[in-house]
Amino acid sequence: MSVLAAVRPTFRAIAATVVPETAALDADGWAALEGIVEQALAPRPPRMRRQLVVLIRAIEWLPLLRYGRRFSRLDPARRTRFLTALQESRLLLLRRGFWGLRTLALMGYYAQPHAAASIGYRADPRGWEARR
Amino acid sequence: MNYDVVIVGSGAGGGTVAQALAPLVRDGRRVLVLEQGPRFDDDEFTGRELEMATALYADGGGFLTAQGTMTLAFARAYGGSTLVYTGTSLTAPERVIRHWNVPGLDHADLLRRSERYLGENNVHLLPPEEINDNNRLFVEGGTRAGYRVEQFPVNVKGCRGSSLCNLGCPNQAKQGTNRVQLPAAERAGVEVVTRAEVLRIEADRTLVVRVAEKPGGGKGRSSEWAPGDYRVRAGIVVCAGGVIGTNSLLLRSPLPLPRAVGEGFTCHPALILVAEHPRPITNDVGHPKSYFVDRGAEQRFVLETCMYFPFTTAKALSGFGADHSRVMRAFPRLQMILVLGCDTATPGNRIAVDGAGQPVVHYRFTDETVDGLVEGTRAATRIFFGVGAAQVHAPFADPPSIDARDAERVNDLITARHFKEGKVAVSAAHLMGGCAMGDGAGSVTDAWGRVHGLPWLRVADATLFPDSLEINPYVTIMALADRVAEAVRADAPALLG
Repeated sequence: MSVLAAVRPTFRAIAATVVPETAALDADGWAALEGIVEQALAPRPPRMRRQLVVLIRAIEWLPLLRYGRRFSRLDPARRTRFLTALQESRLLLLRRGFWGLRTLALMGYYAQPHAAASIGYRADPRGWEARR
Repeated sequence: MNYDVVIVGSGAGGGTVAQALAPLVRDGRRVLVLEQGPRFDDDEFTGRELEMATALYADGGGFLTAQGTMTLAFARAYGGSTLVYTGTSLTAPERVIRHWNVPGLDHADLLRRSERYLGENNVHLLPPEEINDNNRLFVEGGTRAGYRVEQFPVNVKGCRGSSLCNLGCPNQAKQGTNRVQLPAAERAGVEVVTRAEVLRIEADRTLVVRVAEKPGGGKGRSSEWAPGDYRVRAGIVVCAGGVIGTNSLLLRSPLPLPRAVGEGFTCHPALILVAEHPRPITNDVGHPKSYFVDRGAEQRFVLETCMYFPFTTAKALSGFGADHSRVMRAFPRLQMILVLGCDTATPGNRIAVDGAGQPVVHYRFTDETVDGLVEGTRAATRIFFGVGAAQVHAPFADPPSIDARDAERVNDLITARHFKEGKVAVSAAHLMGGCAMGDGAGSVTDAWGRVHGLPWLRVADATLFPDSLEINPYVTIMALADRVAEAVRADAPALLG
């Protein structure tokens, strides 16, 4: 069962803030990224998956208190400021939660071979032979 | 089904015991190895990060501590974590074994056994022409900074320099137990069953085993046994499922065990440090971990060369957004150093099980461990700048990027106050402790891995360490496992009849 389905627009807004390159993804690109995230979440305990959805929902609505807008409607600078506040929070729970979410976004993007190639990563099973 | 000896786990400990018990098979005894992970074919090692990490590691390498502030990396496969190490082969420091103070265990004996396995595993120093820039810069910078830089002996044969060691060598160059000890054991008649999880050990020496089906589309061969639940009766049980596997198995088993099982967990909490050079360097080709600086005794840290994969690197960097992306796009210009903190067995850091019998690792960073990581980060930063890095990404600095013009301010910029649990990515691969050898109340086994009060139950992996080893542990695990096997052979007539 999909974890992200209920919070997809917010997850995409978070992912685009964590990895700006994702802003250029088309539908297939997002599907690939989210497929990786869903696969990573599938074996995790249901409680953890529920907590993730709660966190994403909280990220969507909490900015209303500060900026008068939901997270997905914020401009990129305000999104960054809001996520930075979570990362630097005095509450371990919030720091941990954001760290997990950030990890998923990074995994969804950088674990894809084309993304690895785009940053110049060239490791090859043939090793030195492939470079000569 | 009945076996004389059942070994749980097939990594550095279990694989060694399996081979060393082959003489029992020649004497007509039945020896079985039960491994929770699958057996992989050579062509399944693709080097692709997510695919291999998911196949080889528990939780893809992201097993979280109960506090959620550190991830632990350990493999589940035929060969255990010897599939995913870099083959670095160090013997136990004399001062550490003296500090362990285990009656009946002396350094000379461990060294003698270690040297035998160094030979068996083709351990040697790589020649200079196989060393990449990432490692050469470490040697140069470390020497300039006044550190004693040492070369890692490695256990490779036919290494092509793929740099993919931690994802399982695609060329099968690493001489792990999957290449050396387990095949030898099987040739001698030891049975190995993969995808076989031991759920518990009962007091009548029965192991309750669940053999899993190969998931559709998954890597690895099907199990040697049909999927299902089994009850395996053993004369002697050797637990070698790694620190997480052994401790959790014992804790969920209805046995009259010493109370200290699970206590004294230690590891080497590690940070990946990254520096940008003005020009591309060879980093993602060549053996990734060829040199180290050991400051464990003096400053509680060890530095090792390393080179990780895109997602692992991205996760290790602090922050997110444009600055993070800029560092990632500099990948061909990145130099990396792994900073390992040397912790000690600390009350409260332990392994437990939850209501379902699943392992739960409780781990809190002590001030001393954080100080070791800070000192190690400062040392690595000096090494980076000493060889011309333009910028260093240090998770213990805020902001994490330090420019070369601030090289003189490293001590001011990198401090413990910037260590925020849950913000800094810390991971550990060298897991140790939980069934300490010794003879006091805090011990679980004697110096030969015999569990106190249960002479038929043995432990043969890093779980035995009464405190941190302070170096890469696999050779010491093999030496200890060799001792455990020797005791099993000696005790077999009395225990098995």
